[in-house]
Amino acid sequence: MKTLVWVEHDNASVKDATLAAVTAASQLGEVHLLVAGAGCAGVAEQAGRIAGVGKVHLADSPAYANALPENVAPLVVELMGHHDAFVAPATSNGKNIAPRVAALLDVMQISDVLSVEGSRTFTRPTYAGNAIATVESSDAKLVITVRGTAFAKAATEGGSGAVEAVSGSGDAGLSSFVGAEIAKSERPELTSAKIIVSGGRALKDADTFQATIFPLADKLGAAVGASRAAVDAGYVPNDYQVGQTGKIVAPEIYIAVGISGAIQHLAGMKDSKTIIAINKDEDAPIFQVADVGLVADLFNAVPELVGKL
Amino acid sequence: MKILVPVKRVIDYNVKPRVKSDGTGVDLSNVKMSMNPFDEIAVEEAIRLKEKGVATEIVAVSVGPQKAQETLRTALAMGADRAILVQTDDEVEPLAVAKILKGIADEEAPGMVILGKQAIDDDCNQTGQMLAALMGRPQGTFASKVEVEGGSVSVTREVDGGLETVKLAMPAVVTTDLRLNEPRYASLPNIMKAKSKPLATKAPADYGVDTSPRVKTLKVAEPPVRQAGIKVADVDALVAKLKEMGVA
Repeated sequence: MKTLVWVEHDNASVKDATLAAVTAASQLGEVHLLVAGAGCAGVAEQAGRIAGVGKVHLADSPAYANALPENVAPLVVELMGHHDAFVAPATSNGKNIAPRVAALLDVMQISDVLSVEGSRTFTRPTYAGNAIATVESSDAKLVITVRGTAFAKAATEGGSGAVEAVSGSGDAGLSSFVGAEIAKSERPELTSAKIIVSGGRALKDADTFQATIFPLADKLGAAVGASRAAVDAGYVPNDYQVGQTGKIVAPEIYIAVGISGAIQHLAGMKDSKTIIAINKDEDAPIFQVADVGLVADLFNAVPELVGKL
Repeated sequence: MKILVPVKRVIDYNVKPRVKSDGTGVDLSNVKMSMNPFDEIAVEEAIRLKEKGVATEIVAVSVGPQKAQETLRTALAMGADRAILVQTDDEVEPLAVAKILKGIADEEAPGMVILGKQAIDDDCNQTGQMLAALMGRPQGTFASKVEVEGGSVSVTREVDGGLETVKLAMPAVVTTDLRLNEPRYASLPNIMKAKSKPLATKAPADYGVDTSPRVKTLKVAEPPVRQAGIKVADVDALVAKLKEMGVA
């Protein structure tokens, strides 16, 4: 089987989510990549060095700069003429583009794949991860998105994929990119961090959240996450949200501070290797999944912890 | 401008789903069912656009069993003007739902279709994007802000790195994220009034759509259960644990 993997990038470098998708694709067959963007030749070269990659299709045009699905989906469909499976990481870009491609190919997409069980058989989470379904596609071609935390990352070196330019049909004239507010942070990215410190509604307000959670995260070199309740209350922006509808994370250590542990939150972090919970309510559901729990008032415990680390 | 709002009847947000012991699926008998929360946000957004004078009519649509009428009545009670139920007892996959919605959009010619970004049962996150593809129209997914300006709509989207804004030519398909709005509760008088609002019943065949599944579910299982660990007495013990893990 020949697969085409969507390369997640920012026109400068390959994002980690791509590497998990490459691993999933390599379990299906030959791995080709698609780098679509503007001024992204460097990304294509970098992508070609990923271990196991056979070929890199490079679509370099202002029309593809921001991965607008109206422009990118026809390009993917064109390339799918000689590929059998389209594999995208389940990032916001992947989730935006893949279903548009699937519909144009008349294929029923398989979302958020957790494992490859056979050439057309996969497992995937449903009901916020409360039920894991094993599903089999009967479509002629496959379109899947891949959960980044479920697959090992392919090595970034060792491949020798040749870069081949493709033009595609360019701007479909249906949509345009206006702008972005992308948070800049010195801290690691949530989805690839080894340690995450997350705060919940108990943090009271934005200032208290920052004053309490940030020092602990900085001490540990950790990324900062939050529960939906904390994001809805405006303590931190949306890109901090961990959960079913936010980011799915699986760090080495996840520290949940003042988070009760709603199903929707657990769905986003329960595959973490070690979970540590600090909560003053000893009956909070978070303690049912935590490896190490501390029943304490976070406003005393967290500063004390920062002091003793 | 007319707005089409597809809604899905799903297991209630607060119910913990239980996998059937024979591994064929999730037990939905005697379980509370409600409107998919993301779709509620879609209905609310459509109503707000109508209140602003941007939209003139809101048509709610559902593809599902006869009981999905209740979900449509909820949408009508919130403020939708009329409803269409495409009735089927089969489980319909997002691709087939999108094809049915395309058929309805061809008949109704809406300026905008607003729907939830995903349903909380199958968690597919596909229908809106697929519909946009089939209609050959642009899509604004995971919306946290929607502003109509003349013949186009600006959609601010929740993306991995933060927020981004795209401008779409209308007709357009918009899918909702959590922070777009907070849906209203239907008042009792509006619930009563909703009972007399028009609700048409159709079948997938009316739109020439074959709903046979493309993806077969072989097995449904509970996820591996995480065992609760230990509780430590104080911060010193927690620091000791962190040191054991090689941190600090």
